Amino acid sequence: MSTALLIEQILNGLQFGVMLFLMAAGLTLIFGVMGLINLAHGSLFMVGAFACAAVAAATGSFWLGLVASLAAAAAAGAVIEILVIRRLYDRDHLDQVLATFALILIFSEGTRWVFGSFPLYLDIPPLLSGAVRLPGGASYPLYRLAVIGVGVAVAVGLYLLISRTRLGMRIRAGESDREMIAALGVDIRTLYTLVFALGAALAGLAGALVGALQSVQVGMGEPVLILAFVVIVIGGIGSIKGALIGSLLVGVTETLGRFLLPRFFAVFIEPSDAAAIGAAIASMLIYIVMALVLAVRPQGLFSANG
Amino acid sequence: MTREAIVTAVLIAALLAAPFAAQAIDEPFYITLATRIAILALAATGLNIALGLGGLVSFGHAAFFGIGGYAAGILATHAFNGEPLFLGLPGTNDMIVIWIVGALAAGAAASLIGLISLRTSGVYFIMITLAFAQMVYYFAISWPAYGGEDGLSIYVRNAFPGANTLAPMPFFLICFGVLCTGLAAFRSLMNSRFGAALQAGRQNEVRLAAVGIAPFTIRLAAFVISAMLTAVAGALFADLNRFVSPSMLSWHMSGELIVLIILGGVGRLGGPLAGAALFVLFEFALGGITERWQLFLGLVLLGVVLFARGGVMGLLAGRARHG
Amino acid sequence: MRNILKTGLAAFAAGTLSIGLAQAEPVKVGMITTLSGGGAGLGVDVRDGFMLAVKQVGNDELEVIVEDDARKPELAVQIADKMLQSDKVDILTGIIWSNLAMAVVPNTVNQGTFYISPNAGPSQLAGKMCNENYFNVAWQNDNLHEAAGAYANSAGHKNVFIMAPNYPAGTDALTGFKRMYEGELAGEVYTQLGQTDYAGEIAQIRDSGADAVFVFLPGGMGIAFTKQYAQAGVGAPLIGPAFSFGQDILGAVGDAALGVKNTSQWSKDIDNETNKAFVESFQAEYGRLPSLYASQGFDTANLILSAMEKADVKDKDAFRAALKEADFKSTRGDFKFGNNNHPIQDIYVREVVKEGDVLTNKIIGVALEDHQDAYAAECGM
Repeated sequence: MSTALLIEQILNGLQFGVMLFLMAAGLTLIFGVMGLINLAHGSLFMVGAFACAAVAAATGSFWLGLVASLAAAAAAGAVIEILVIRRLYDRDHLDQVLATFALILIFSEGTRWVFGSFPLYLDIPPLLSGAVRLPGGASYPLYRLAVIGVGVAVAVGLYLLISRTRLGMRIRAGESDREMIAALGVDIRTLYTLVFALGAALAGLAGALVGALQSVQVGMGEPVLILAFVVIVIGGIGSIKGALIGSLLVGVTETLGRFLLPRFFAVFIEPSDAAAIGAAIASMLIYIVMALVLAVRPQGLFSANG
Repeated sequence: MTREAIVTAVLIAALLAAPFAAQAIDEPFYITLATRIAILALAATGLNIALGLGGLVSFGHAAFFGIGGYAAGILATHAFNGEPLFLGLPGTNDMIVIWIVGALAAGAAASLIGLISLRTSGVYFIMITLAFAQMVYYFAISWPAYGGEDGLSIYVRNAFPGANTLAPMPFFLICFGVLCTGLAAFRSLMNSRFGAALQAGRQNEVRLAAVGIAPFTIRLAAFVISAMLTAVAGALFADLNRFVSPSMLSWHMSGELIVLIILGGVGRLGGPLAGAALFVLFEFALGGITERWQLFLGLVLLGVVLFARGGVMGLLAGRARHG
Repeated sequence: MRNILKTGLAAFAAGTLSIGLAQAEPVKVGMITTLSGGGAGLGVDVRDGFMLAVKQVGNDELEVIVEDDARKPELAVQIADKMLQSDKVDILTGIIWSNLAMAVVPNTVNQGTFYISPNAGPSQLAGKMCNENYFNVAWQNDNLHEAAGAYANSAGHKNVFIMAPNYPAGTDALTGFKRMYEGELAGEVYTQLGQTDYAGEIAQIRDSGADAVFVFLPGGMGIAFTKQYAQAGVGAPLIGPAFSFGQDILGAVGDAALGVKNTSQWSKDIDNETNKAFVESFQAEYGRLPSLYASQGFDTANLILSAMEKADVKDKDAFRAALKEADFKSTRGDFKFGNNNHPIQDIYVREVVKEGDVLTNKIIGVALEDHQDAYAAECGM
């Protein structure tokens, strides 16, 4: 195994982690501010990808598609917040789980109704195709580096938004004391809609960025949703910092586990069996990590609530 | 009798009557449908012990459902091909033995999972139970010995003393009998000191600790009992389909079990049965009408959450006395 | 969905329903297939191909009931029970996925109902568990992979990297490939089922120095891999079964698929009258090119129709014999069943090309002629 390959794998892990962060940031923000478990977050991811693919196909521009993905996911988020989610804030988690589970069914079948049963085409923009040479002899796809860049930018942007702006101040206030913020005369309904739309837009952005690498099809959000939940639970629910650390931890663990475990087993047993057993354990690995983290720290690594 | 008891009794009677009516009009499939309702209601009743009484929202009960299913599948396979299981133990096709083995296996798994998971609470508990179920799921998919993702067929439905389980009616009656036993167990649990402590712990943990009861032990016991009941349902489900596969272990299945309870009414004796009946009938009827049945199922579920709080039992029998 | 499509109704909408001619009870076919969720494209194609054949013949003694299994084995079993017990169908068909087929088929055929598979062909059903009432019109699961192995030999590849998801169909695929392939393996990797990011595996492929890559990654997994592989610019040619390069997903893969060699028992340029007419009428009816799944659905319907001409479905032995004769005009040209009721057929190598703006496949050779599956000997029939 060469160093270049290892560096490439670590970058892959980071890139995957950054994708998860875009999903997890919205989820954890929505949970932290509104106390809501949103299973339909994966559907917003899918909405972003479909919007990007449709607009890119119509206009020929990936960048317009990207804008459309943000707009469509934010709009979808705002609409479901106003129509459905708003009624769930004072319910217990069970009702939220059921309602957002129902939203998944509606979104999936609705999307299939509009776009048909076959996957859509979405490719990376020509500007970002090709690979870059890295020090140490490795080369790495430019698009994936750009994705890492976007993730870092979003993380910094969220940090500034929350720590430096008026909206951020209200969000922080909302996390710590909901009654107080209402008493201060802040329009809490609008604030909640805004936060939900922001989280949705991030999910939509992730969907568009991933859609260009993978396939744009119904149900694409569900595996990511589960992983995003794993991330925010590891990181501590409600904590953006925790979501970032958790995402990178899960991304790197998952990628390196898939890469290294089969090689590790190949030392002892037949390569064919080692590949199968290594893959089996690799697929369980992040759940094992999650169970370990929670066994030691039941509130996750950086719980917002102490 | 309270209104709730009447509604529950009527539901049980209706479930028992439906297959006989189906037989009378020569529509044997409705017996199968009623059997499915009975089994899912049993699985949800198991979950209802943890979720309804203890407030432990387990998003991983599919693991126990699947363990029960695999107990049936694996034991039946070994009975069928005559190969010993391990340590020279033979397989079996006796349903009662299978239920016991399935319940014990799920109980052991639940003790282990519970020991770690019950240290957490709220959303963390939801997610850590999901994590454990996902581990079991991926293990089942990639473990080739019992079929992996292809699953395991049970060629002949397992046997029950004195009954021809291959015929739909006797098998329904077995499932119905087990469901009634499960409901009775739930009821006596709910009204016992143990149940009172469990429900008190859901509402006020501090008070419970103050009277000298350790909430952890009570919850662990409830979680294990809950898993064992769900596992028996899993074994019956495998026998109903004559097939078991990792999809019984998937997070969709965990979600469906929770949905059944919320649909019916959380922590209510009749809740799981009402929820299972409604869900299965909707799935069947909508699937027969339109290709887009999942869209309408989603709308129905959404309608129930938003406008029918407390589920079917809430509508029919009023709000629960406590909780 | 309960589409009771009386074929005559569809063909002659103006009320010219054929009167009389009803010698026997109509044949009822139950189709359980995947019409929702991520894998819906395959089910839709099988159904559309099947219905096209039914409509063309205009035989109103064939009644088809279609329902969606949402790719859940338990739901498939429930629908099968319903169709067998309540609708009392004579023939079941339609299942796309092997794990669903394993849940439904053994029970169905043991009860004496025919099951005709338009897609899945798990090895058990071809070997030890073969059954006189089970017919497979598509292929045994290993076939296309075996052909890919044979093709790798003839193309002179000596060091191939092979990869599939870690589930039974995936391990079968790699076993099938290795059964025919004679060179060295540059690597053998199992990915997670449903995985959509292959950056890690592609890095391993690059590092392995392979001279070709064989992947079995159906559906969305294949779309993701092919795009990422092309973007990474590894260079080693890609080989796969048609499942990752069928007409149903080529549009979503885009130019990344150009030049990929894939193996299939069917292609839209197989030169025979039936196939030409099929491709044209499918396009006219549905406004898209057919995939191999559509051709399998079409052939399945025609097989059933051919048996209906010869025998009454209530006379099981006669109908079974009529099915076994496979006396229908297949889109594949020659078609016959082996001892285990699985096809003996040619398997082609195709290349992904662009015709105008449309990506599609073109035959470049035959990988295996009159190929029979490896499990036929284990079947006691």
